[in-house]
Amino acid sequence: MTTEAGSETEVKEKAEESAAEPDQSEKATEDSQEVANAEVEEKEKAKVKEKEEKEGKGISRYLPTWLKKQKSQSQTSPTKEAPPTEEPVSKVTQEEEGPAPEVNGHAEEVEEKEEVKSEQVKEKEAETHSNASADTEPAKEEKVEESAEKSPEETKETTEGEGAEEETKEKEGAVEAEGEAGEGQTSIFQSPLRLVRKNKMKLVVCHVTLLDGTDFTCEVEKRAKGQYLFFKVCEHLNLLEKDYFGLTYQDNHDQKCWLDPTKEIKRQIRSNNWQFAFNVKFYPPDPSLLTEDITRYLLCLQLREDVASGRLPCSFVTHALLGSYTLQAEIGDYEPDQPRPLDFISQLTFAPNQNKEMEEKILELYKSHRGMTPAQADTQFLENAKKLSMYGVDLHHAKDSEGVDIMLGVCANGLLVYKDRLRINRFAWPKILKISYKRNNFYIKIRPGETEQFESTVGFKLQNHRAAKRLWKVCVENHSFFRLNAPEPPTKARFLTLGSKFRYSGRTQAQTRMASSLIDRPAPSFERTSSKRTSRSLDGAPMISITEAGRESAENGREPHLELHSDSKDHDKTQEEVLKHQASISQLKRSFMEAPPPSPPQPNQWEKRLTSSPATIRLQQQQVSLAEEIASVLFSRQTDIGLYSTAKAACIFPEPPLDAVKTTSSAATTSSAAVCSFSAPQRPLATLSTALSATEVSVPQTEAATADNTTSDTKEPAKTTEVEIEETVVVQEISRAPKPGLVTVAASPPAAPSAEQEMREQEVKVQEEAVVVEEAKPRKEESISSESESEEEAEYHPYLPVSISHTQIPEEKEEEEEQEKQEEDKTAELQVLASDASSLPAEVIQPAEETSREEEESRKEDDTETEETEKTTNAEEEKEVERETEESTDDPMVTPDEAPNGLTLPEEGVTVIDAHAEEEEEPKMNGEPSLIEAEPLPQVICCSEPPVVKTEMVTISDTFAAQKTEIATKEVPIVHTETKTITYEAAQLDGNGDGEPGVLMTAQTITSESLCTTTTTHITKTLKGGLSETRIEKRIVITGDCDIDHDQALAQAIKEAKEQHPDMSVTRVVVHKETELAEED
Amino acid sequence: MAGLMAGYGHYTHAVVRGIPASLAKEALRSSQTEVDLAKAVKEHEAYVEVLRTRLGLEVVELPADESLPDCVFVEDAAVVCGDTALITRPGAESRRGETEAMKGALKDLNLNIVEMTDENATLDGGDVLFTGREFFVGLSKRTNQRGAEILADAFKDYAVSTVPVLDGLHLKSFCSMGGPGLIVIGSSEPAQKALKIMQQMSDHRYDKLTVPDDLAANCIYMNLPSKGHVLLHCTAEEFPESAKVFEKLKDHMLIPVSNLEKVKVDGALTCCSVLINKKANI
Repeated sequence: MTTEAGSETEVKEKAEESAAEPDQSEKATEDSQEVANAEVEEKEKAKVKEKEEKEGKGISRYLPTWLKKQKSQSQTSPTKEAPPTEEPVSKVTQEEEGPAPEVNGHAEEVEEKEEVKSEQVKEKEAETHSNASADTEPAKEEKVEESAEKSPEETKETTEGEGAEEETKEKEGAVEAEGEAGEGQTSIFQSPLRLVRKNKMKLVVCHVTLLDGTDFTCEVEKRAKGQYLFFKVCEHLNLLEKDYFGLTYQDNHDQKCWLDPTKEIKRQIRSNNWQFAFNVKFYPPDPSLLTEDITRYLLCLQLREDVASGRLPCSFVTHALLGSYTLQAEIGDYEPDQPRPLDFISQLTFAPNQNKEMEEKILELYKSHRGMTPAQADTQFLENAKKLSMYGVDLHHAKDSEGVDIMLGVCANGLLVYKDRLRINRFAWPKILKISYKRNNFYIKIRPGETEQFESTVGFKLQNHRAAKRLWKVCVENHSFFRLNAPEPPTKARFLTLGSKFRYSGRTQAQTRMASSLIDRPAPSFERTSSKRTSRSLDGAPMISITEAGRESAENGREPHLELHSDSKDHDKTQEEVLKHQASISQLKRSFMEAPPPSPPQPNQWEKRLTSSPATIRLQQQQVSLAEEIASVLFSRQTDIGLYSTAKAACIFPEPPLDAVKTTSSAATTSSAAVCSFSAPQRPLATLSTALSATEVSVPQTEAATADNTTSDTKEPAKTTEVEIEETVVVQEISRAPKPGLVTVAASPPAAPSAEQEMREQEVKVQEEAVVVEEAKPRKEESISSESESEEEAEYHPYLPVSISHTQIPEEKEEEEEQEKQEEDKTAELQVLASDASSLPAEVIQPAEETSREEEESRKEDDTETEETEKTTNAEEEKEVERETEESTDDPMVTPDEAPNGLTLPEEGVTVIDAHAEEEEEPKMNGEPSLIEAEPLPQVICCSEPPVVKTEMVTISDTFAAQKTEIATKEVPIVHTETKTITYEAAQLDGNGDGEPGVLMTAQTITSESLCTTTTTHITKTLKGGLSETRIEKRIVITGDCDIDHDQALAQAIKEAKEQHPDMSVTRVVVHKETELAEED
Repeated sequence: MAGLMAGYGHYTHAVVRGIPASLAKEALRSSQTEVDLAKAVKEHEAYVEVLRTRLGLEVVELPADESLPDCVFVEDAAVVCGDTALITRPGAESRRGETEAMKGALKDLNLNIVEMTDENATLDGGDVLFTGREFFVGLSKRTNQRGAEILADAFKDYAVSTVPVLDGLHLKSFCSMGGPGLIVIGSSEPAQKALKIMQQMSDHRYDKLTVPDDLAANCIYMNLPSKGHVLLHCTAEEFPESAKVFEKLKDHMLIPVSNLEKVKVDGALTCCSVLINKKANI
C-alpha cells in the first residue's frame, strides 16, 4: 500500500537512478508484503517489524531534517540488517548471496519456474528478513513525499527519517547516504529470483586492477554489493584466504576508500567510474602463518608495490634485499648466460629512488639466492618486509591540537602518531577505550594508566570530515580484525545500540586463521609474473613469466587448467561457507556494537584536549566543564524465566551533590541540570539522563514520551539545529557473552555549543527498570538498534566485554574508583533526601556561598556518580534512599519505557504502565503537572519545576571534596547555579527479594564523551536467587548554553534509552538540573 | 643473508679515539671535578685493550686532537647501524669538529655515510639507543627533534621514537642494552619514566634490568661468535650495588671495565667506542 506509492515517488525523486531499480524495489516490496499479509505467521514478524520501526523512530523524530539523513543511513546500514536476521537471516543471506554470482554470470538464463519455487521457500525462511528489510526499507523511501498522508503508525517514524534522507540526498547529492540507505534493500534486490523476473537487471562492467598490475573485468549487477565483486575477484585469483584483502576505489576527492562489502557498490563509488583495485587490507603481522603460498604471493605483490612507491620506506640495503628476492621469486635462478642482466633489472622498479648502485646490489644478492624456489623467495621477502617499521601501517594526515602536521598510523597493534618520520606516540589497542570522530575531529579515549586515575581523550584534526570518517573506519576495522577473537554467537545477547555504526563486517584474523587451517586443497598453481607494476614495458618479461609458469606447474605436478577447475569447485563451496560464516559473524559483531549517539563536548574543551606530544596528550577527563547537563539512565532487566516485574512508582528527590542556589521558575535561567531517575528499588535499573532546560522542562519531554507511545511523532520539530549526532560503536573484545549481560549504550541528546564559562549543569538520570519475562525475545531483540549513522561522527569502543563468569578485569580499577565516588554521592543524596522529605515541594534555599571550587567538585562528583551501584551494597543504599523518598514524597512516576515495552513486550509493558497509573499519585510537582500531556499512559518523564529543590549543597560538596584528593580542581568563577533534581521511580509490583543483595556477576562501565554531552553507561549484572538481573544505568551530562533545548535532549535521551532496551523497563529517572542564574541572582 | 635486525650485538670493528691532554681541563662536564689525565689515559687504554685483545675486535684508533677535548667520546659523533653510518651534528658546538675524523674512518670501512647537514639539527650519539628492533632517540640538551628526524631518515627500516630526557646528559646516561630485548635501566625516577615511555612507544616487549645507579646502567653488550653474550659493565669499585646486579646475569660473559676518570667528564662506557659490524649482512 504505502509501499508502492512510495516506490513510485522514489522513482520520481531519484532521477539519477535507473528506472529498473525502483521497479525492482517495488516488486520486491510487493512480494514481501503480499506474503506477509497472506501468512498467518506474519504476526510474529509483524511484531518484529514493529519493533524495527520503532527503532526507526528513535531520535530521528527530534532531529532536524538535515540531521536525519545520517540517521536514516544508519537504519539501512548493515547493523540493522543483521540484527533482525540473526540466524535465519544468515541463512537467507547465504542463499541469496550464493546464487547471486551466478545470476550475474548467466542472469538471463535462470528459469522462472525455479525462481518461483525457490522464492516461496525463501519467502518462508526469510519472512523475518523480508519484513524487516523489504517492507520497512522501501516504505521509508517513499515516504518522503507522502509522509503526511501515511498512516501514522506504521510509517511515521520511518517516514521522517527517510524523508529527511531523501531530501538531503537530493539537495546535497549525498550519494553516500543514499548508498547506505539502499543497503538494506540490497539483499532483496540481489536475490536472483526477483531480479530475473523483472528482467530489468542492469549489468555494469567493473574494472579491477589486480596486484600484478593486470586488469580484471567482470560484469556485476548494478545493485550488487561490494562483496559480490570482491568474491568474483577472489575467485578469479583463486584466493581462499581472502580476508586480508579488499577492494578500493577512488572517491570524488581522489581518496582511496575501501569498498564496503556489505553495501551496494553503486552507492559507494559515487560516480560512474566502476574502477577498483584489489589490495591488501590487513597486513598479517606474521606472513609465515598464512596457509597458502598464493596468499603470500599476493601479499608480496602488494608489498613490492608499497616498497616501490615509497609507501613502505626502507633502507638501501633492504631495498636491495627485497629486490633480490623479488627477482628470485619472479624469474627464478639467476642465469649466468643472460645478457646484460643489469639492463633487465634497471627496467624494473624496486625503489622510489632506484639507482645503479642499488641495481648492482640487487643483482649481487640475487645471484646468491640461487636454488631458492619462488615460494621460498617470497617467504624470505616477507620475513624481511614484515620487520619494517612501517609494515602494515596505514598513514593518515592529521594535525595535533596545535595545528602541527602529524601522521596517524593505524596498524595491527594500535594507533601510531608520527611527526615527520618520528614516532611521537603510540596507543596500543588495549589502551584505547573509545574511538570516535566528529566532523573533522578524530578522538581516542585512553584507558588510564597505572598511576592515572582518569581516562583521557586525545583529539586530532583531520583535513575534513571524510578523512576523519575514513580514519575512524580503518581503526574500527583494524581493531576488529586484529584484536577480536571469533566469538561464539551470543544467543540472546542483546546489546543496546544507539544509532547504527559502521563496523567491520568480515572475519577477524583469528577466524580467518581458523578457516584457513581447514583449507584442504592441493596448492593451487599460479603464475608468478613479473608484475606489471615493476615492468616498465619489457619485452622480456612475458617470456620470463612463461618460463616461470611452466616451472610452477611442474613443481606441483599438475596441469594448471585442470587444477583450476577443481579448485574453482572447492572454491565455490568454500565461498558459500564463507558467506555463511561471515553472516553469522557479522551478526555477532553487530550485537556487540553500539552506537550511542555521541555527545559532543564543547568545542573549546576539545580544543584543549587536542594534543600531539605524549607529554601533553593526556587530559583529565574528569574536568567537567561548567555548563553541563547530566543525565543518567538505569536500565535493568531480568533474564529469568517467567518473571514479571512491575515497577513501583515512587518519586524521589535525590539531591545532587552540586551546589544549588536558587531556583526560579522563570525562564531566566539558562542552563539546568536535570536528573531523572526511574528506579525500581530492587530491580535492575536503567537510568537515562538528559537535560532539560529550566524553562520548559516538562512539556517537551512529555511529548517525547508520548511519541514513544505511537502518538504523533512528527510534532517534534527538533529545534536543535546545532545538534550533531555521533555514532558510537562499542565493540566487545569478548569471545562470548553467554547471556545478555552487557553492554551499553549512550544516548546523547543534542546540545548546542555553549559558552565556556557558563555554568550549567543538567543532570538527568533516568533509571529504567526493565523486567523481561524469560522469553526475552531471543532474536528479535537483536534488531533493536536505533540506527543513526551520521556522517559526521561516530564512535567505537574497543572493549573487552564481560562474560558472566568473569568479572571484568580491565575496568576494575575504574569501577572501584567510581564506586567510591558513587557511595559518596549516595550519601549526599541521602542527606538531601532527608531534607526533601521534610518539605515536599522541597524548596530549600540555602545561602549561596558557593565557591567555585565546590562547584567544580560537585560536578565531578556528578560525573562519577553516574556509575551507579555495581555492587549490591550500593544498590541497597540507593534503595533506602528511594524508599525514603517514596514515602515522603508523592510524585508522579515516570515510565519512559512504555513505548519500548509496549511494542516489544506488549503484556509486560501494559502491566508496568498500569501499575504506574495506579500507583501514581497526582503529579504534584511544583504544581505544574504539565508533564503528562494527554498521555494515555502516565509517562512523565520529567517535571518542569515541581520538585525543584533549591539548595546549596556547599557542605556536602566540601565533604566530598575532602575525600577526593584526586580531583583536580579547576579554577572556576563563582557562579550562582540552580539545581533541581527530580526523581521518578517506577512502581514495582514485585516485592520479592528486594532486600536480597544478590551476587554481582559482572559490571561494566562505558563512557562516551563528545562535544556537549558525556554519557556514561554502567551495566551491572547481578544474580539474585534464580534471577539474573541486568541493570543499566545511563548518565548523560549535557553541557550547554541557553541554546540547548534541554527538554528535547532529555526526551530524546530517554527515548533512546528505551529503544535501546526495549525489554527493559525504566525504573527510575532522575533529572538533575543545574542552572546558572543570572548575575543579579 | 641476514635480514633486518639479525644478529644484534654482532660486531667486528670498533672505532675509538685517544685522549687529548686538553680533556682534563677543557672537556665539557656537568659537575666541576678534577680529572687525573694520566689515570684517564690509562683507563682508556685498558678499555681499548679489552675490545682489541679480549674480544678480538678490529680496533680503529683515531689520534687524539688537542683542539677537541671531548674527542675521546666518539659515540656522539656517529651512529652506525648495519652498514649505514650517520655522521651526527653534536649538540655542543665545541664538539662539531669531532665528526671529521670519524667520517673518514667510517668511510674507510666502506660504510654508507649519511651526513647531518641541517643546521637546525643536533644529535649526539649518546642519545641514540638502538635496541635491535628500533631506535629511541632522547631529546636532550644535545639532541633535538630535527636531529632525530634525520636519523629516522637515515635508518628507514626502523621505527624511531623520541623520548624526552629530563635528567642527565644523554638518554644513554641512564640506560643501555644489556642483551637482545633487554634494557638496562637506572632506578632513578627520570630513568624509570623514560623507560615507561619507551615501552609505551614500542610495539615490542623488552625485559628490563634495573640497576641502582643510573650511570651503571650504561654498559656495552655484544654478541660475539666465539664468546656469546658479552657485557662490559661498571666495576664493583665504582658501583658496588649495581655491579652485583650485573653479576647475576649468568648467560653473559661479564667484563667489568673501570671508568672512574672519564665519568667525571660525563663519559660512560658506550661513549668511548663506535661499534661496527662489517661483513654483517650481505
